Amino acid sequence: MTNTPRPDDWQPAATIETLRQRARLLATIRAFFTARDVLEVETPVLGHAGSTDPHLDSLSLEATTPDGRERLWLQTSPEFHMKRLLAAGAGPIFQLAHSFRDGEVGRRHNLEFTMLEWYRPGFSLDELIDECGALIRAVLPGDPGPLRQRRYRDLFRDHLDVDPFQSPLAGLRQLAGESGGLPMDDADRNGCLDLLMSFVIEPRLGRDGIEVVVDYPASQAALARRRIDPEDGAEVAARFEIYHRGIELANGYDELTDAAEQAMRFAEDNRQRTALGKPAVDVDRRLVAALQHGMPAGSGVALGVDRLIQLALDKESIAEVMAFPTPRC
Amino acid sequence: MANYSTNEFKGGLKVMLDGDPCNILENEFVKPGKGQAFNRVKLRNLITGRVWERTFKSGESLEGADVMDLDMEYVYTDGDMWHFMKTDGSFEQYAVDKKAIGDVEKWLKEQAVYTVTLWNDNAIAVSPPNFLELEVVETDPGLKGDTAQGGSKPATLSSGAVVRVPLFINQGEVLKVDTRSGEYVSRA
Repeated sequence: MTNTPRPDDWQPAATIETLRQRARLLATIRAFFTARDVLEVETPVLGHAGSTDPHLDSLSLEATTPDGRERLWLQTSPEFHMKRLLAAGAGPIFQLAHSFRDGEVGRRHNLEFTMLEWYRPGFSLDELIDECGALIRAVLPGDPGPLRQRRYRDLFRDHLDVDPFQSPLAGLRQLAGESGGLPMDDADRNGCLDLLMSFVIEPRLGRDGIEVVVDYPASQAALARRRIDPEDGAEVAARFEIYHRGIELANGYDELTDAAEQAMRFAEDNRQRTALGKPAVDVDRRLVAALQHGMPAGSGVALGVDRLIQLALDKESIAEVMAFPTPRC
Repeated sequence: MANYSTNEFKGGLKVMLDGDPCNILENEFVKPGKGQAFNRVKLRNLITGRVWERTFKSGESLEGADVMDLDMEYVYTDGDMWHFMKTDGSFEQYAVDKKAIGDVEKWLKEQAVYTVTLWNDNAIAVSPPNFLELEVVETDPGLKGDTAQGGSKPATLSSGAVVRVPLFINQGEVLKVDTRSGEYVSRA
């Protein structure tokens, strides 16, 4: 489908005043990290590998390089390059990085967006969660309210009266189907949980504070370590997500540092992609090599800057805080 | 017709859903932090006029609907069907049944131009022009002197619609009426 031009769509979506406020908030973010001795880095948006995450679609292009015509991938986040810097001994680092996710356009999504990603070698998840809270407070104009952690499992019990780990799949499918208004008879457990999370639970999160969801199902670990929950013995992912006013702001991990496990997850992701009818993605052998060399244990987080600015400036959509969102680019 | 994937959904796109042609009103992309994406879509069923909210897994697709809006002049009714004629000089006529005419029946005026929605070349809906000039065929006698404020009364128009009009309006006068709100605008 063509993008039909309109006579006024040369103009920015955000007002110039909004862009001034945006620039001030970006300066606030940089000052926050400078004060904490976290180094700002810049890594390429193009790489030889893409994200294998089955639910992310990377964009790629062909370029002429010293090695001839090659396929290069636009990053879905700066994670891989930044982890190679960690393995090289960079210490704590942050980046404001343009990232790209195919097909993601909406009130809270834009094909190209700004990701704030930072890594804290030696930090536990709890320490990083507290730092996220401090950053969000520094950027938002008013008091966002208290920060509290909620276990994934408890959220499902409280909001839906089901156990996401143990309830029979048939019941979850029915509940997800009813909540979303679509047939979920062939959905797997994660598909059902994703729907219930985004349609029922998410909109209610962070209504009176900063809400941090922790202890995700082990099957939703992505690049986080897995660990045994001391409370109930279930295997969970050492991962968190931060919500404020119903909007997901950040996603953090106790980072996986095991090279063999990383290579296995890449392969497993690509198997899942093939099963979903999606193209396989070139895996990052340099990241695996960096992990083999050794990356310091620690935590890292990615935060959607456009969403945080949208909240700070009290706008309805991220397009209102961007100069040229995808439909106008 | 072509198939459209969720990432091509946008306002105004006509698609088939449950066997009926629908017009997409809104498409919202919903995705949990890490996980499967969904599209929450609002569509108007063009047969019933009802608005549906449906959720699709991102990447699913719907068949496009062969739906067209054409300008046509109202010609006459034979009692069962209402006949409209294209305004492009072809004199081609389309018969519209009671279901497709619906409430618009009371806003029909010969030679006025309507928007007729065709699906697979059959008329499924008719929308009247926003404003129509119609004659008052029945109302209580006008009150002299009462030209400015206060009071209204029902008046039956030549098309069959009944609208509230100011007290000074008389039978036989031609009025300009807003068909969307069903309100009197002015004397024509």
